Amino acid sequence: MAKELIRLEKVSMAYDGEEVLKSIDLTINDKEFLTLLGPSGCGKTTTLRIIGGFETPKSGNVYFDGVRINDVPPYKRRVNTVFQRYALFPHLNVAENVAFGLRVAKRPKKEINERVSEMLALVGLRGYEHRDVSQLSGGQQQRVAIARALAVGPEVLLLDEPLGALDLKLRKDMQTELKRIQQQAGITFIYVTHDQEEALTMSDTVVVMNEGTIQQIGTPIDIYNEPQNAFVADFIGESNIVDGVMHHDFDVSFAGGRFVCVDKGFAKDEPVDVVIRPEDIDCVPESEGMWSGTVESIVFKGVHYEILVDSGDARWMIHSTDPQTPGSRVGMKITPDDIHIMHKSDAKVWEEEK
Amino acid sequence: MKRFVKGMKGAYSALIFLFLYAPIAVMITFSFNASKSRGTWGGFSLKWYIELFGDARIMQALGNTLFIAITAALLATIIGTAAAIGINAMRRVPQGIVMNVSYLPVLNADIVTGVSLLILFVSVGIPLGRISLLLAHMTFNIPYVILSVMPKLKQMNKHAYEAALDLGCTPLSAIVKVVLPEIMPGVVTGAILAFTLSIDDFVISFFTTGAGVGTLSTEIYSQVRRGVKPSMNALSAIMFVVVLILLIVINIRSSKDNRQASK
Repeated sequence: MAKELIRLEKVSMAYDGEEVLKSIDLTINDKEFLTLLGPSGCGKTTTLRIIGGFETPKSGNVYFDGVRINDVPPYKRRVNTVFQRYALFPHLNVAENVAFGLRVAKRPKKEINERVSEMLALVGLRGYEHRDVSQLSGGQQQRVAIARALAVGPEVLLLDEPLGALDLKLRKDMQTELKRIQQQAGITFIYVTHDQEEALTMSDTVVVMNEGTIQQIGTPIDIYNEPQNAFVADFIGESNIVDGVMHHDFDVSFAGGRFVCVDKGFAKDEPVDVVIRPEDIDCVPESEGMWSGTVESIVFKGVHYEILVDSGDARWMIHSTDPQTPGSRVGMKITPDDIHIMHKSDAKVWEEEK
Repeated sequence: MKRFVKGMKGAYSALIFLFLYAPIAVMITFSFNASKSRGTWGGFSLKWYIELFGDARIMQALGNTLFIAITAALLATIIGTAAAIGINAMRRVPQGIVMNVSYLPVLNADIVTGVSLLILFVSVGIPLGRISLLLAHMTFNIPYVILSVMPKLKQMNKHAYEAALDLGCTPLSAIVKVVLPEIMPGVVTGAILAFTLSIDDFVISFFTTGAGVGTLSTEIYSQVRRGVKPSMNALSAIMFVVVLILLIVINIRSSKDNRQASK
């Protein structure tokens, strides 16, 4: 079984009386690629900074390898950070930046040189040793920042939205690249992002956060297919979320119809959130549909069309490769395992009250 | 018509510069005057400069001025840089307050600063002389150092210091290895500025120095009271040229910085 490396226990944090983390519990395993995912202001960067040692939690404990490290300063932690805007040292060249931590640790010169070449090779920047960091592109600076953090041999690498400043194409390349570097270096990566696609592509474990609390922890597949509440369903991918009533196990009604589903364990006639992914709804002729509506709009998205259908009591977003004519009537069909039933979440109720 | 407007613009600027620099030009010209008369030109001569450098009082004042200017600039640069780093790390509201409080002495009239320092030194029992002069010069230099270091700190990546800590530096070594090299241009500019202001100062020096310890400016003042000797023209000319050179250096440095920052 995977070995536990970092544990946060009831960690809370507040700035100027405003709570940004509300009693978080999180366990991070050795050699895991874990992503903290959430909208801005959800507390993900604060969590990372607490692990890095740049913030001290207001309450709760942080353990590293079983030892409490709340008050250990950053320079004594076996954790290194890749900062959002890289934070390279502009007065040093590429090799000197990468060598910085090793020089501080007063390692022998020969070892430093070997380690620097090894790291630059790992991030694909061999031959750039003597370049000025200001002459590098965003993607290259990113790689130098990673090499610099990895050079000192951390057990955990913390990455704070490292791809945020890069363009789309480069971001995609770097995603694959980061995963490769993590596997090659054989260490734990803790990655912060608000981009759900990034999180799903690279992670072993995704931690979805909102308003200073953890919403769900799971593998990318779990998080996408089995969101635990409406917030996760809405944040990860696109979702249709409608009100429904769970009559019995495997029996739910919504959109004016009764459907067979695969969920159970709800109270009799419990009001629930019904979540359906846009790609799981099939458009069929009205007579063959389980329920129907009027096509409101259609947008071409490349791989698929995004079709909005108004069924009177709700609007449905559908992803389909077949176009529909706006204004026409259309039937909708779904299979039982595409219907996801969720308890009405407090988060959502709270959000609506705002 | 266009040429006329252009000509007028040129003439206007020329007039302004004439107005500003005519007295200095006259003074510099007469410092080379062979005649002792202030009104007539008696041919070119360097004798006032020779006389100047032979004057023991002037040479002592020069020594004092350089000692005070160099020491005050050095100490003010160290204190001011440390202060700027501290202020930069503050939260927004206290930072704004502290910056305004440090900026106030810059706008304060020299005579007010001079008199208040004099009263302070007398009341706490610091004898008037080199030490009081040094303390006074450091006091008015520090805000200028803070003001020239601050923009460099603001330009820095705000995570650079944390990155150094992250890579194993203690807070002090992070400042020495990462923050100082980054803000060095501002620190050097601040030091030159402090040195220039020190050499330039008369009013504050006049109030805070004691008997027998004169700077060049207070020495010129005391000699001029007994009638302007032509050697004072020579001394003033030298001071003007030194300050001018230093100002040019500061301006070149800061325009270079701006170009780098805009890159």
